[in-house]
Amino acid sequence: MDFVPVILTVITASTPLLFAATGELVTEKSGVLNLGVEGMMLVGAIAAFAVASTTGSGLAGIVAGAAAGTVMASVFAFLTLTMLANQVATGLALTIFGIGISALIGAGFVGFALEPLPKLAIPVISDIPVIGPILFGQDILVYLSFVMILAVAWFLSRTRPGLILKAVGESHDSAHALGYPVIAIRYAAVLFGGAMSGLAGAYLSLAYTPLWAENMTAGRGWIALALVVFATWRPGRVVLGAYMFGAITILQLHAQGWGIEIASQFMSMLPYLATILVLVLISRDKTKIRLNAPQCIGKVFHAAH
Amino acid sequence: MKRRTVFKALASALSVGILAAGMASASAQTKVGFVYVGPIGDHGWTYRHDQGRLAIEKEFGDKVKTTFVESVKEGPDSERVIRQLAASGHDLIFTTSFGFMNPTIKVAKRFPNVKFEHATGYKQDKNVATYSGRFYEGRYIAGVIAGKTSKTNKIGYVASFPIPEVVRGINAFLLGARSVNPAMSISVVWVNSWYDPGKEGDAAKALIDQGADIITQHTDSPAPLQVAENRGVKGFGQASDMEHFAPKAQLSAIIDDWNPYYVERTRAVIDGTWKSQDVWYGLKEGMVQMAPYKNMPADVAKLAKETEEAIRSGKLHPFAGPIKDQSGKVVVEAGKVADAGMLLGMNFYVEGVEGSLPK
Repeated sequence: MDFVPVILTVITASTPLLFAATGELVTEKSGVLNLGVEGMMLVGAIAAFAVASTTGSGLAGIVAGAAAGTVMASVFAFLTLTMLANQVATGLALTIFGIGISALIGAGFVGFALEPLPKLAIPVISDIPVIGPILFGQDILVYLSFVMILAVAWFLSRTRPGLILKAVGESHDSAHALGYPVIAIRYAAVLFGGAMSGLAGAYLSLAYTPLWAENMTAGRGWIALALVVFATWRPGRVVLGAYMFGAITILQLHAQGWGIEIASQFMSMLPYLATILVLVLISRDKTKIRLNAPQCIGKVFHAAH
Repeated sequence: MKRRTVFKALASALSVGILAAGMASASAQTKVGFVYVGPIGDHGWTYRHDQGRLAIEKEFGDKVKTTFVESVKEGPDSERVIRQLAASGHDLIFTTSFGFMNPTIKVAKRFPNVKFEHATGYKQDKNVATYSGRFYEGRYIAGVIAGKTSKTNKIGYVASFPIPEVVRGINAFLLGARSVNPAMSISVVWVNSWYDPGKEGDAAKALIDQGADIITQHTDSPAPLQVAENRGVKGFGQASDMEHFAPKAQLSAIIDDWNPYYVERTRAVIDGTWKSQDVWYGLKEGMVQMAPYKNMPADVAKLAKETEEAIRSGKLHPFAGPIKDQSGKVVVEAGKVADAGMLLGMNFYVEGVEGSLPK
């Protein structure tokens, strides 16, 4: 059994989750809960597909996907941060809106096929057996997903703006009293989350299954949301969670092909079961989950003048 | 307070959408409603049903008003949608997925004056007719092509749910393949979804990685076929001609054509001649069609055409004996064909399918 193609498939299944979860991590760290990930991903997916198929440029598609996700997030940010609407309801509405608008825009693109994003093969190195294709034969978005999570990890723990962002998420009143622009910082975090969700969508429609199909995210946005909690808001665990989730999804398909006699319904359930299990294990340690969970998450901020 | 208003606004927006579609017409118009399991843009199963709906509009113009609700989950949610269509004055309602069966029967009892048509089910009532296509005929032809084309003798089958309709397709495919190449086998991966392009594609990748060089699917998106195209193996379109997704990989496609049936049944409602029935149309009646045979040698295409013709004329039955199940037991004896009961309730794999059928 050659396991290299299996690992390659796991990477493609995990990348969109990693993107979306990275974005949501930053959003939540600033104290905002955006449940609209699924909707932002879908709009990112159709924008990326539309631009890539009309211009013929995958890169333009990627940019368009990120931009479209940002636009969706800006709607959310305006409603919740400026108009002070309830974040949970607005996030849910954003997802429903995203499903609808992406289907509307996508109506003209149904049935188009696209060349998948090229793999950035480096001569010689990519030809090394096993590690060559895994480490050096991916498309640009896979590399970008790792660059982004590393950058976010560094930003949140090693930079002053990152610490301020976390402070806003922990206690917006204290941050406000110290003179930090709470709303502006949250705007930035929400828009970043949108851009990442847009990239996750772009990956789906440009590389994962290079076609546009309505509702093609099929719940991956919700999984990304769960991953952030699963990771107890820690970047390292976000990577771990995204790849574990991707691996279980792919391996259960392989197990069926190998003829392992476990009910396929059970296999389909496994990724979710694993998330819940790890969640329970982590949550047992109350101090750990409290240490990392942003205290002001989901709370509306009224600036007291 | 705020949350409540948002939800209220959402709820009313949703119901207004359906009601507006319902109330726009005068009572002289015949109203036909459709409940779809996927989006109309799936380019497969639901897309073909929606083509049928458009055929009704084209045929009757202003005399008929059609509405549809797409991406309806099978189960309790669908009952709500069907009831809403029935309550908003629809005369004829098509519910187009197996899982809508019990909700359709349940709602039909409450609305005796509304006519219901349920696709692929087996429960009828005074005002519930059922209809389906003999898609296994197409699967058998696809199997013949696969048996002649495959080099690894292994077929990868991306399947949705272990219901008789799907199991029948798997068996027909293998019987077709083995009729020309007894060494053929099928590996099945269940994705437990009708529509999840990402997962369907992943399943196809897994099957190719395990040595399958023919991919076929009983799910609704073109993703598995597209994976076949990108990995350089062959495959088949499902429900629609999917050639533009896989110009090099698509050998043929099993096309569902609901248009004539939908037009005929709508006319029956307008004329007041509608009666409950159970139809199962195949190649002969045109409900099942094959896309052009491509990407294969001329002799294979010729054999496929001959097989198609033999099934259409009734000379060949895909489930003609002898047929053995996985344990080697003869389930259909030589000289006989599987009866309707066995076909409709098929719950076993024939010899040559790998793994065991999920219960």
